[in-house]
Amino acid sequence: MKPSRSAFLSWIYDPKIRGIIAQVVTLIVLGLLVGWLAHNAIVNLAARGIASGFDFLNDPAGFGILQTLIPYTESDTYARVFVIGLLNTLLVSALGIVAATILGFIMGVARLSKNALVSALATVYIETFRNIPPLLQIFFWYFAVLQAMPSPRQSLGWFDAVFLNIRGLYLPRPIPTEAVTAFVVAVVLAFVLWWVIARWAKRRQDETGQPFPVFWTGLGLVVLLPYLASLIFGSPFTWEVPRLRGFNFVGGWVMIPELVALWVALSIYTSAFIAEIVRAGILAVPHGQTEAAMALGLTSQQRLRLVILPQAMRVIIPPLTSQYLNLTKNSSLAAAIGYPDIVGLFAGTVLNQTGQAIETIAMAMAVYLTISITISLFMNWYNKRMALVER
Amino acid sequence: MKQKTLLAAVGAALAVAAVAPAQAGETMDAIKARGEIRCGVSDGLPGFSYTDQKGVVRGIDADFCRALAAAVFGDANKVKFTPLTAKERFTALQSGEIDVLSRNTTWTMSRDTGMGMVFPAAVVYYDGQGFLVNKKLGVKSAKELDGATVCIQAGTTTELNLADYFRTHKMQYTPITYDKSDESAKGLEAGRCDVLTSDQSQLYAQRIKMANPDQYVVLPEVISKEPLGPVVRPGDHEWFSTVRWTHYAMLIAEELGVTSKNVDEMKKSNNPEIRRLLGVDADFGKAIGLPQDWAYQVIKQVGNYGESFERNVGKGSPLKIERGLNALWTQGGLQYAPPIR
Repeated sequence: MKPSRSAFLSWIYDPKIRGIIAQVVTLIVLGLLVGWLAHNAIVNLAARGIASGFDFLNDPAGFGILQTLIPYTESDTYARVFVIGLLNTLLVSALGIVAATILGFIMGVARLSKNALVSALATVYIETFRNIPPLLQIFFWYFAVLQAMPSPRQSLGWFDAVFLNIRGLYLPRPIPTEAVTAFVVAVVLAFVLWWVIARWAKRRQDETGQPFPVFWTGLGLVVLLPYLASLIFGSPFTWEVPRLRGFNFVGGWVMIPELVALWVALSIYTSAFIAEIVRAGILAVPHGQTEAAMALGLTSQQRLRLVILPQAMRVIIPPLTSQYLNLTKNSSLAAAIGYPDIVGLFAGTVLNQTGQAIETIAMAMAVYLTISITISLFMNWYNKRMALVER
Repeated sequence: MKQKTLLAAVGAALAVAAVAPAQAGETMDAIKARGEIRCGVSDGLPGFSYTDQKGVVRGIDADFCRALAAAVFGDANKVKFTPLTAKERFTALQSGEIDVLSRNTTWTMSRDTGMGMVFPAAVVYYDGQGFLVNKKLGVKSAKELDGATVCIQAGTTTELNLADYFRTHKMQYTPITYDKSDESAKGLEAGRCDVLTSDQSQLYAQRIKMANPDQYVVLPEVISKEPLGPVVRPGDHEWFSTVRWTHYAMLIAEELGVTSKNVDEMKKSNNPEIRRLLGVDADFGKAIGLPQDWAYQVIKQVGNYGESFERNVGKGSPLKIERGLNALWTQGGLQYAPPIR
């Protein structure tokens, strides 16, 4: 056989090249499919006289929204409604992720406790909440929350400043004064000092083995410095206190029951999954590590915090990421109880007022895709960082 | 990550492709070939469309779907009902999932012109937006609602009218927008909101579903015009005319005193108008592809407009709504049909 011929044929048998060819072919087929579908949609939309494009985003929305994190009036545009929905989704997701993580770690560790009662309680908690669909839990918490609350005129009040009723939890709202600059500087300074001390303490411990109570010192600084600043420069805030006027309380901050119910339900539901992930992570650390830590004379708390958890984290983080994504996606169930998230508000109300289904759904999908990719990238980065600690 | 991007692209493409191809005249042909009418109705509103204990869909909107089936097939049961929320309804129609949307939908200009659907000028119910409040609140007029929290169903003209009304009267409000009308009613019952706003007919319908209906009262103000009627896709003139003239036939039957009970005797009537309506002498259905006795079948199997109204929302129903604007033009109402000739 001529060498040139065999060289010509050999690439067919090269798995690398064959892989590339397969991928290119797949990509072309997929591109054609997407193109055909898009073309089909455009032709049909035109044939049915359905307006398309994103021009509607500049039209005034004309409806009210329950909770807006940025100022909004009915004459603002659909584009602003989009941002408001996005912020509301991000708010409940962020709150949910924090609460679910804390609850999940506590429950995961508790289920492994040697105390039979603690471990049994954690088991019941996990098995119950893991197996009930999130929508049911949201309804349960929403109506449980509502049923327990008094009407606005019979609100529970504390110190004439904090009020709780069926419309929400009303808190005094801080309004910055001139002294707020000094206050902010003090807070930032405290955190910088905390960081400096932490670095110094670590170096000292590496060199001399002497530990230093970094956390308590830092916490002290964060409380003390802003307090001193407000003593010297005057109060950084005046407080706008909620007052009952007409039907409802006016002024102050309000945390609506829709947010509370969604937050509680999502946190508890997801925490049950996180607890199992944490338990699996801890069980994955060989028992020898615990024995070694005991041999060093570490307390049981130190063993968990310094030896077990850091190693368990490497097992925990990847599945934890997918739980964070799930929580964010589940927050779209908000529409059922009237929390104005991106799905209920934008892919719901705006879609209906404008009739532009494809545009609004595409934008909502882009939001979830972006959030998912962002969380995923961040957690991958964090995972790499944690993995490098291994020696 | 590459996989995720690809998946998203495919997802977007599939969502887009859900819109099926359209051709002129296609709807009526498809209905006849299929042997049943696919009709979008509401997701449970007494009087308009709701499923009773026997699993039968009842209500004035459901009756209209049956009337269409009677006109096209001579059989009022050849209907497939699809319950839809306010949010879902237009997409279901636009994408061809249903042939006609008979779901207390307000005829507005934007919906009639730019959204790929048309209203066949058949107003089944003249309505207006109102407010339902708890009597305990002591409110007598909508003008006293400054600062109130209002429950609404998402994706309705109601949301926009409410905002307009409060803005015009320089009042503040907090909206709570639920996905389904049942949830918005529950919101009022639980006390989450002070007021439930919707078309007045819906308020009456929601009230009878409440645990303690007597505790709630509909305020006198009507803040908008809500002509409710069926909606179809544009492009099929036969189907468009069938929908509009089915409603007119029911109106004309009431006007002429033709009911489901006496329609057989009426066939022998000497009145030329009745003879034209029932297709005794002339064939008015032919031009739009309907059988000669199409109107007879509608009246025989479903009844005239007045019968359907009384049975579902009027005196013969738990809602007990007055005819009001929905009386015939001869009785001082707005219901008026062009003559069949």
